[in-house]
Amino acid sequence: MSATVPVRITVNGASHQLDVEPRRLLVHALREELGLTGTHVGCDTSSCGACTIHLDGVAVKSCTVLAVQCDGREVTTIEGLGSTDDLHPMQEAFWEHHGLQCGYCTPGMIMAGVDLLNRTSQPSESEIRHAIEGNLCRCTGYHNIVKAIQAASGQQTEATSQARDEVQA
Amino acid sequence: MTATEAAPNGAALHVGRSLKRKEDPRLITGRARYVDDMTVPGLLHAAIVRSPEAHAMIVSIDSSAALAREDVELVLTGQDMTDLESPLPCAWVPPGTEIANAPHWALARGQVNHVGDPVAIVVGTDRYAVVDAAEEVLVEYESLPVIVDPRAALADGATLVHEDLGSNRVFEFSLGGGDVEAGLAEADVVVQREIVNHRTSGAPIEPRGVIADFRAGSLTIHSSTQVPHFVRLFLALQLGISEERIRAVAPEVGGGFGAKLQFYGEEVLLAYASRRLQRPIKWIETRSEHMQVAHHGRDQIATCRMGARQDGTITAFHVQITADLGAYLMLLTPVIPVLGAFVMGGCYAIPNVRTDITGVFTNKMSTDAIRGAGRPEATHMVEVMIDQLASELGMSPPAIRRKNFIPKESFPAEVATGVVYDSGDYHGSLDKLMGKLDVEAFKREQAELRGRGIYRGIGLSTYTEICGLAPSRIVGPSGLGLQTGLWESAMVRVHISGAVTVYSGASPHGQGLDTSFAQIVADRLGVDPEVVEVIHGDTGTGPQGLGTYGSRSLSVGGEAIARATAKVAEKAKAIVAHELEAAAQDIEVSGDRFSVRGSPDHGMSLAEVAGAAYIPENLPEGMEPGLEETTFYDPENFVFPFGAHAAIVDVDGETGKVAVARYIAVDDCGPAVNPMIIDGQIHGGITHAIGQALYERVHYDDDGQLVTGTFVDYSLPSAAEVPMFETDRTETPSPSNSLGVKGVGEAGTIGASAAVTNAVIDALRPLGVTFMNMPLTPMRVWEAIEEARGGVPA
Repeated sequence: MSATVPVRITVNGASHQLDVEPRRLLVHALREELGLTGTHVGCDTSSCGACTIHLDGVAVKSCTVLAVQCDGREVTTIEGLGSTDDLHPMQEAFWEHHGLQCGYCTPGMIMAGVDLLNRTSQPSESEIRHAIEGNLCRCTGYHNIVKAIQAASGQQTEATSQARDEVQA
Repeated sequence: MTATEAAPNGAALHVGRSLKRKEDPRLITGRARYVDDMTVPGLLHAAIVRSPEAHAMIVSIDSSAALAREDVELVLTGQDMTDLESPLPCAWVPPGTEIANAPHWALARGQVNHVGDPVAIVVGTDRYAVVDAAEEVLVEYESLPVIVDPRAALADGATLVHEDLGSNRVFEFSLGGGDVEAGLAEADVVVQREIVNHRTSGAPIEPRGVIADFRAGSLTIHSSTQVPHFVRLFLALQLGISEERIRAVAPEVGGGFGAKLQFYGEEVLLAYASRRLQRPIKWIETRSEHMQVAHHGRDQIATCRMGARQDGTITAFHVQITADLGAYLMLLTPVIPVLGAFVMGGCYAIPNVRTDITGVFTNKMSTDAIRGAGRPEATHMVEVMIDQLASELGMSPPAIRRKNFIPKESFPAEVATGVVYDSGDYHGSLDKLMGKLDVEAFKREQAELRGRGIYRGIGLSTYTEICGLAPSRIVGPSGLGLQTGLWESAMVRVHISGAVTVYSGASPHGQGLDTSFAQIVADRLGVDPEVVEVIHGDTGTGPQGLGTYGSRSLSVGGEAIARATAKVAEKAKAIVAHELEAAAQDIEVSGDRFSVRGSPDHGMSLAEVAGAAYIPENLPEGMEPGLEETTFYDPENFVFPFGAHAAIVDVDGETGKVAVARYIAVDDCGPAVNPMIIDGQIHGGITHAIGQALYERVHYDDDGQLVTGTFVDYSLPSAAEVPMFETDRTETPSPSNSLGVKGVGEAGTIGASAAVTNAVIDALRPLGVTFMNMPLTPMRVWEAIEEARGGVPA
């Protein structure tokens, strides 16, 4: 192993001192050093977006950032967004609208969705689709992901889960 | 039978509802555990050295530099593993075929036959270090000539993938009925086309991964697989250890799409190396590795001939498939085109249907089951051909379909291929679909878009599929030749608290089965789905199982659960009857209680019943204590979901770019257990097929080099490439199981590629384009337009 470099990164509000190889990817530091395995790896070309996190409040693909680049910066991962007892509205919307199946792309997709709403509070369907273009999902066909992001932005969407049974009854 | 009646005593409180998924809280918060999320004390990491050559002799392997590193513990090559009991398995060959299989070892022995063929495994202490060390394993190759074109591979004097087999021809197999030549001779019109179902990748977003931990004579293996029980069995056979010494676990699995319905060499390598080192080892597939060595799908070139009388009555359909099997036969490789051949007649009453299949070795990765497995290919052939025929006859696509549909009254219907379609209402689904198309608006928009150089087209696809794999009697060793049964198991355990744990042999990886299964159980035991836990994917818990694939998990696994639950309910009713001094046949589940019919207040909750069963002070004479039951369910027949799909596409006449403007799907998978989950499966299935139709293609160049080795070159559809989908259902119960359910996991993929292709051809007809093969990429579409315009494509 080559020489390591000390870095201090604030992750989900807590400060961490890490010694990392200069080549170490942020996603591996998060997953392996800090045990934050909610951020996933799905490709080697920054194509799939499963590793999307927020760096200083902006969505980035953590497979394309070196841990050493994050010295003194703030990272938010899916674990920092909300917990099962206290879901973030975007997490709630993904659940309510069946915006996930196998769940592997989901943390990255949710982080990308939150980032979009931080920039554009009421995005159109087309804006949502283009905003998550860099996040691939093989299960859902994106239909319910788009609905979930629309719902999280407070826009009217057709009901997806239980509520729709009442509508259709 | 309806969904409501499927539950006992008419009390379907949960089945039929769009319950939010039980799986989701852990997944949306990043708390799920996929293979790569796990660690074990003392964990080592592995990287695999793979062949950069498509076909070569291995002259030498020098591992000394890698082994000299402090962070490397072990390097193994094929020659170090000659004590393996057997090569990797192929478990299903078409019946009656003589197949000469080439030995397929977990590490190549002397020769590599495709790019990515594994040559050595490096095990070390650090994930980054083993990748460095793998680069230091020096392999000298002597290149051999390469064969990639499956038709050329069949020619005399062709380069042979496996020299000692003497031929690249793996097998020939025919399936059909009637007399296709006589049928074609009767026809007024015969259309012949070459239909190419090109090679694709399953590409789940979670790549594969394995952790093997061999200690004290026992192996625990975590693998991102759809089939943990198969993994255990084949590991036992490979390693020469007894099956009960192995526990195989599929933890959270991030999608499969067939790519994880396999027994892979990496599973053997990790287990073998772990046994050697007595240390746990992890290997996680990179995406580039996945594109190289996770089995591919499709890759069939078919010469199709369809004949009809002038009135549109189809007289015969003949298909000659050249199936590119790649370099080795893996778990189900040779039988994939056969699965399609069963439904080659589609939804139609065609008296003469035959599929002739030739399987061929080439210097590529193996093909095997990818979502739909043979049936998308068959549906694409029959549905594109029927449109070609309609055009020739001057009939409309809906009219020619209606003319030939098997009528609703004919079910169960034995078709020319010999299978009995259990149920169907093809007119019903097409009528419902057509009702959603506003043809006038379509024509108006088409004309308006034309002014801007956009060509709008519409395409139909009406499909039926054969799934719910499978009746063991039909597919087993003395039937179609599969070397196993295909039943499924279930164990339902009621705890003393009244909570329920269900153990299923299914192994879901995104399908939401925890929720659907819980809904089925909850109705039958008078409990909330919240208190029904579903355990799966672990050979160390519950009975033997067979996994998730072939749209089988609800119709086979769910039925097993319904039956085990019914047994529990029977015992509960006997206990309640005894306690309340009533007759057992008068006890019913009503709301949250087992009560005497007509006296809903006179009853017991499941928790009270469980209390009586586990503290057996007053059980009926001779009854055992406890409240749990196990069932093995082997279906009597397959199930046959069906549907009608329409795609409306816009083609840019200048660039050849295709956009799907509208997609409408009417599917029938029987009574809905959870409509929300069904729609989700359809959305994903359609998108998978849109991917094949428009974007995705695994491409090898003439030297056998993989050109599409990453997600940069292999384009999965993104959110920007698909529309919102319009879905609806008809509900025709299957008579094959008590739930009436059929599969839905593959339906969208089976139906959609033909709809999109037919729509693009329809759009381009005004330009003189009358036929095209997938993938309909801008370049190909542009070339077709240029050629039709009389220009010379670049």
